[in-house]
Amino acid sequence: MTAIVSLNRVSVEFPAVDGAGVVKALEDVSLDFRDNEFVVALGASGCGKTTLLNVIAGFLQPTSGEILHKDAPIRGPGPDRGVVFQKHALLPWLNVLENTEFGLKLQGVAKEDRLSRARDYLALVGLSDFERYPIYQLSGGMQQRVGLARALTCDPDMLLMDEPLGALDAFTRENMQELVLDAWRKTRKVVFFITHSVEEALFMATRLIVMSPRPGRITHTYDIDFCDRFFETGNARAVKSSPEFIALREEVLSIIYGEETGDGLP
Amino acid sequence: MMRGLFKRRGPQAVEQYGAPGQGSGTAISAVTIVLILGGWWVVTQLGLIRPLFLPAPEMVISKFAKIACTEHYFEQMLVAVGGMAKVEAKCHGFSDHALHEHILWSLYRVFGAFALATVTAIPIGIAMGMNRHARGVFDPPIEFYRPIPPLAYLPLTIIWFGIGESGKLFLIFLACFAPIAINARAGVRSVSIEQIHAAYSMGASHRQVLRQVVLKAALPEILTGMRVAIAFGWTTLVAAEMVAAKAGIGVMVLNAARFLATDIVFLGIIVIGAVAFIFDLMMRRFERALVPWKGKV
Repeated sequence: MTAIVSLNRVSVEFPAVDGAGVVKALEDVSLDFRDNEFVVALGASGCGKTTLLNVIAGFLQPTSGEILHKDAPIRGPGPDRGVVFQKHALLPWLNVLENTEFGLKLQGVAKEDRLSRARDYLALVGLSDFERYPIYQLSGGMQQRVGLARALTCDPDMLLMDEPLGALDAFTRENMQELVLDAWRKTRKVVFFITHSVEEALFMATRLIVMSPRPGRITHTYDIDFCDRFFETGNARAVKSSPEFIALREEVLSIIYGEETGDGLP
Repeated sequence: MMRGLFKRRGPQAVEQYGAPGQGSGTAISAVTIVLILGGWWVVTQLGLIRPLFLPAPEMVISKFAKIACTEHYFEQMLVAVGGMAKVEAKCHGFSDHALHEHILWSLYRVFGAFALATVTAIPIGIAMGMNRHARGVFDPPIEFYRPIPPLAYLPLTIIWFGIGESGKLFLIFLACFAPIAINARAGVRSVSIEQIHAAYSMGASHRQVLRQVVLKAALPEILTGMRVAIAFGWTTLVAAEMVAAKAGIGVMVLNAARFLATDIVFLGIIVIGAVAFIFDLMMRRFERALVPWKGKV
């Protein structure tokens, strides 16, 4: 399978806060994103997940290494890579529909065309009845759904999601996991998804990468298929309480906690 | 009625415990206004203060009728509809101008200067927020002149512009310019980096980000700046009209003071306050219509 986006020994260094030396936010990260993949990055704070996402989005240039989109180097942000942010980043002067069609408007797509496409994706995230609502009247979960619809409307090859469910309450969050998976199955984008939640990561990923801090790097990779089981059964709770799921959850947790406790040892 | 206004209220369902300043103050404001006006009337009625220092309200009202030439215009209207043969009452106004002429001259000066300030200060303030070169260039002069009282550089505007209208406009323009520029600049900062990133990742150009994201996000603060600016404009008006103005509310007040016509001074002050207040109300309504999201995100 061909890679949509591939990173080849990417490193990112920032000057340290105290001015002495550098912080290695990412070191030697190599990663391929292939068709239909749902890649989830998991790790403690400061492990470089968001830096990795920013590099792929083009908001940040790597210090060394190369990053290719369909074999062409990425030089900045573009509509081929859609981004969903932790805080929705919608535009409050536009209503739900206008926010969703905003990307196509920027690209100069004709009005009827962009309206019909925006309506399709609003239907996909279940917000057809809220077209005319100002976004500040929506709940947090609905705002994130608009953010997802907005990114999908631009029809990107890849969807970058930076802890999109992090600010939601537990019940909304579980519903949103299913909604995001559903949207992914229907649109077949490559997804790069960042989360703090081990359960969320295992449930959604086709490939899980575990990252660790100082320097930020990928330490473990798992190919998993719990999301397929969810698609077969439609029962998220059953998937999340299955013995395999729990066993893997404990394994990943021990990796993350092991690093944290091992960190301070001489 | 007073019991209802001032009785101690227990906790209510819609109120949030301990939230500062909750509840409506409108009724109390109405009482305050009535008390001030009533106090004014009583004090003058009892002759406690000489009219030179505090003219009675009815004196101010009758001066209003005289200077506004209400009788003159009423008769003119009757003549127009054929109810009267000719106009009997003459219109003297004050300083050779009727009240509405004074008001119009002042409105022209304040709003002319305000309009000039708006079209120049918004682009410059946005540029200062977007670009370090523009900020480097404009920040020192604006921050330098901003705290200087307009009366201090009034002589300079006379030397530069003479005693015509342009000097007056320039003085008020300076007063309006700084608050708009500073608020526009601060408004640029109110756009979140995620909103800008989102626009770029949907294919926006720099120009589109500026026009469709940054400008819109800065709009609430720009409008706040305009509200502050117009208030500064009214504050500076009297200073601007001190020099060789024939008509204007500020001139009216200054001339009246020279003749110790305290009632006209009062009238001028009330007119300026009323016009400024009406404009502020309009701006607030405009703000609600234009930036309904303000304070909600």
